[in-house]
Amino acid sequence: MGEVIVITSGKGGVGKTTTTANIGTALASMGYKVVLLDTDIGLRNLDVVMGLENRIVYDLVDAANGHCRLKQALIRDKRFEHLVLLPAAQTKDKTAVTVDQMKKLCRELKEEFDYVLIDCPAGIEQGFRNAIAGAEKAVVVTTPEVAAVRDADRIIGLLEASELKNPRLIINRIRPVMVKKGDMMDINDMIDILAIDLLGVVPEDESIVVSTNRGEPAVLDANSWAGRAYRNIARRIAGEHVPLISLELEETLFGKLKKLLGFRS
Amino acid sequence: MDLFSKLMGKDVPSSKNVAKERLRLVLVHDRSNVSPQLLECLKEDMLKVIANYMEIDKNGTEVSLNTRREICRPGSPTSPSSRFIV
Repeated sequence: MGEVIVITSGKGGVGKTTTTANIGTALASMGYKVVLLDTDIGLRNLDVVMGLENRIVYDLVDAANGHCRLKQALIRDKRFEHLVLLPAAQTKDKTAVTVDQMKKLCRELKEEFDYVLIDCPAGIEQGFRNAIAGAEKAVVVTTPEVAAVRDADRIIGLLEASELKNPRLIINRIRPVMVKKGDMMDINDMIDILAIDLLGVVPEDESIVVSTNRGEPAVLDANSWAGRAYRNIARRIAGEHVPLISLELEETLFGKLKKLLGFRS
Repeated sequence: MDLFSKLMGKDVPSSKNVAKERLRLVLVHDRSNVSPQLLECLKEDMLKVIANYMEIDKNGTEVSLNTRREICRPGSPTSPSSRFIV
């Protein structure tokens, strides 16, 4: 019997979809059977991030309403045999499925898969309620910005009110140079404010843009810094004890020279 | 600007500390589900009651509202640092 995990944030654009795609792909590469569930009906994107947009025939709404068998709506990934996507519908809206349908869907999927990862839409309305309905665990994604942290706090309150206790936090797009200068909140600042467990930290990384352009999650790129962070997060989800990656940048030659000459910032 | 303030010996708070402070304030309102207007009325009334019993300088008083996490979010840890996964 698998585990149903919802990936949520409240605010849009903080990296829920990228996070879902990368954690799912990493878990699949570890040998687990994984299904990715896009619940952002009307604004689906997980399919393009995964590079599977050309294979969609049926979607979440079709499966929930019984227009097709659940198996027919599952799209198999190009790279991993045990990784599948259940895409959201693009021409309907969030009310096209109900909370009860989502619960039933999640129950069926977790019989078959080790991990059911749900990509939650932004906001706190029907789409959010649908996405969390069948989930047993929750991951909250935030960035080190006032607006994202504020929304994360609201989401944590709503999750806990919905019996999804102890959500875990992913801090995305952290920039070590700005943190060092005191111009960006650091990990401890955000843990302090939100008071939940930390699941992982993902640095800002240009390779995410490149991998999204290609439709290949960054975890497949051995050189991607963010990819490495996501692989670690996947291992933590699977129960391994993995230390946080170091966010210290390699010291530049210029920096070394400055230090040598006695200039300290 | 940065160099200038450094030369003048002025201590400008880092922008992260400004962000933290602003977040703290905004979250007090968000978590308590209390509007700033209601809070202002509450403050006025409290001062009025206190003024019945002692002399106070209204301009020199500061009223702050604090919420404790375990009250506003049931089941949450009091000390999150003890449960970190790193």
